[in-house]
Amino acid sequence: MSLKRRPKLAVWKFASCDGCQLSLLDCEDELLAIAGALKISYFVEASRAVVKGPYDLSLVEGSIAAPHDLERIQEVRRISKFLITIGACATAGGIQALRNFTDVKDYIPLVYARPQAIEALETSTPISAHVPVDFELQGCPINKRQLVEVVSAYLQGRKPAAPPHSVCLECKLRGNICVQVAQGTPCLGPVTHAGCGALCPTYQRGCYGCYGPKETPNTQSLSAWFHNRLGVSEPELLRVFRTFNAWAEAFRVESKSHEH
Amino acid sequence: MPPTFANVGDEVVLELQGLRQLLEVLGSRGYSVMGPTLRHGSLVYDRLSSIDALPRGWGDEQKGGFFRLRPLPEPRLFGYGVGQQSWKQFLCPPRKSLWQARREENGLQILPPEEPAPKFAFFGVRACDLQAIAVQDKVFLEGTYIDPHYRARREQAFILAVNCAHACGTGFCASMGTGPKAASGFDLALTEILEGEQHYFLAAVGTERGRQVIAQVPHRKAGSAEQEAAARTTVRAAREMGRTLDTGDIKALLYRNYENPQWDRVAARCLTCGNCTLVCPTCFCHTVEDSSDLTGEQAERWRRWDVCYTVDYSYLHGGSVRATPRSRYRQWLTHKLATWIDQFGVSGCVGCGRCITWCPVAIDITEEVRAIRESERAGAGDQGSGGRSQ
Repeated sequence: MSLKRRPKLAVWKFASCDGCQLSLLDCEDELLAIAGALKISYFVEASRAVVKGPYDLSLVEGSIAAPHDLERIQEVRRISKFLITIGACATAGGIQALRNFTDVKDYIPLVYARPQAIEALETSTPISAHVPVDFELQGCPINKRQLVEVVSAYLQGRKPAAPPHSVCLECKLRGNICVQVAQGTPCLGPVTHAGCGALCPTYQRGCYGCYGPKETPNTQSLSAWFHNRLGVSEPELLRVFRTFNAWAEAFRVESKSHEH
Repeated sequence: MPPTFANVGDEVVLELQGLRQLLEVLGSRGYSVMGPTLRHGSLVYDRLSSIDALPRGWGDEQKGGFFRLRPLPEPRLFGYGVGQQSWKQFLCPPRKSLWQARREENGLQILPPEEPAPKFAFFGVRACDLQAIAVQDKVFLEGTYIDPHYRARREQAFILAVNCAHACGTGFCASMGTGPKAASGFDLALTEILEGEQHYFLAAVGTERGRQVIAQVPHRKAGSAEQEAAARTTVRAAREMGRTLDTGDIKALLYRNYENPQWDRVAARCLTCGNCTLVCPTCFCHTVEDSSDLTGEQAERWRRWDVCYTVDYSYLHGGSVRATPRSRYRQWLTHKLATWIDQFGVSGCVGCGRCITWCPVAIDITEEVRAIRESERAGAGDQGSGGRSQ
C-alpha cells in the first residue's frame, strides 16, 4: 500500500458553516485510514500545510454566494479530477438561499454595521449550478458514515451506497414506529432523502427535511395531508419547506405554492 | 412432566397462570420469545421476558394514516389488532450480512457469516399474519431457489397464534378468507376470553411440538361452554369488520386495466415513500449492497429490504423501467393482488390492513380496487387495451 501513489485529496470551503468539512475530522476512528489511503493535500480547516494541485478528489462544501466564489469554483473544478459536493449549502444553496426569495439588499444594512464592506450575490446557489459535479452528498450536516462510504467507494472505483429513497425506509429498517401515523406528528420523512439514519424519528421527532428532497418527492400530497389532517397552517407549510434546502427545486416549488 | 390428555387437534383451557408458565416453558426450551409490547408508547414486536410485558388493557383505533392505542375497560392481553411491525422482521430481517471478504496473499478469502440462526417463538400471531408467513414460505422455500437464511429461522420457529377478539379498523381479512380465526399454520392457537369475572384462554393444539409445550403447563379439558365462548369471540370480530375487498375476477380485472385513469389519480396522492411495502407482511423484496473499507482489504455484502417504489428498483441498463409514480403504484398493487397469483399460486394480500393504516396519506388498497371496478361498470375503463405504457 505504501508504495502505491496515494490520490491527492482537497477540501474546499465556500459559503457555509464548516460543519460538513468538520464531519471529515469527526471521523475519528477512520481518520488514520483516510490519511493512509489519500494524501491530504489541501484542507485548511485541518492543516496549514498545502500541497499544490491538481487534486484527484475534491470535497466541496458551501454555496456560491459572493462574487469571488464565481471565479474560485471554476478554478477548483479545473484542478480537480473528481469533484464531490458535500452538504445542503453545496448541493442546494443552504440556509443562506433564503435570500433568494427576497431582496438581499434590504437585509444587509440590518445585519452589518458597514454594509458597503459586504459583497454578496443576490442569490445563494449550489455548486452544480456553476460547474459539473461528479457526486452530490446531501445533508445538513452530512452523515460521517456516508462520507466514509463515498470516499471508500471513490477509492475502490465503485458506486457509493447512498440511495436517494425516503427516510421512511431508514425508519423501517431500524424498527421505528411511524411518528406521523402513531402520534400525529407531521414528518417530512416521506419526501426527504435518506442518509441520516432516520435520526429525528428515532427520537420521536418528525423529520424536518435537512437532507433535502428525495427522488420523485410528492410534496404537494404530503402538504395537503399536513394541512387537512394534521392542522398545519399555510404560513407554517411555507416555513416547513423553507429551511436548509429551501432552494432545492422540489422544496422551493412547494414553499412558493404557500406564499399568499 | 405432568401427564396430558391433550392431543393434536384438541382444545384445552389455560388460566392466566398457565399462560404465564407457557411463556416460561418456551424460554426454557431455548426460544427467544418475541411478541407484542410497548416501546415509547407504541405497539412493537420485541422480546418478551414474561406475559407482564404484553400491552395489557390496551386496544387500538386504526384508520387510513392513523393508529392510536386506546385504553380498554377490561384487562385483555390481546385487545389490539396488528401493529406496524410484522413477523417478517424476524424471519427475513431488514438487514442481513451475507458474507465478508478479506484480501490475502493468495487471493480473496470469502468468510460466510458463522452465527447460528436465532430460535424464535412468536407469541401472539394473528390469523392474517399466519397466512403472511405461509405466503413467504412459498416465496422463500419453494421453487428452484431455497433461501437458506429464511429456512434456518423458519424451521425452528414456534408459532403461538391468537384469534382476534376485535376487528382492526383497516383490516379486511374476512373477505380475503384469512381471518380473523386462525385455521392452520400454528403450533398453538389461543382465544382470549373475558366474560364476567372469568379470564381464560382456549388453546387449540396444532402440532406435536405444541402438544409437548402444553403438556408442561397446567391446563384442563375444554368444555362446550368454553368452546362456544371462543367461537362467539371470533364471530364478533368478523362481524365488526368494516372493509372488504372483492377478489372476484381480480386478476383479469387488473390485467384489463393497465391504462385506467384511476392510476393517475392515486399517483397524485402516492408519496412513493415505500411504507406500504415495508409494513406489508408478505412483501419480500430486498437488494444487495456491497461495502469496502478505506484500505480496500475488507469487503462486506449485505442484504437489506428494498421497495418497488424507488427509481433504482427497476433500473436496467440505461434507466428505470418504472420512471413514474403511476407505474410504480400500479406495479405494487397489481403484483400484490394479481401477478402474485401467477407467480406463487396465492394472493400476496392477506387483508391485514397495514398498508392502509401506515400509508402517511391513507391510500387504501380496497378503495383503489373498488374504483377500478366501478370505472369499468361505468364504462370508463380502457378495456382490452392491455398496453404497458409508463
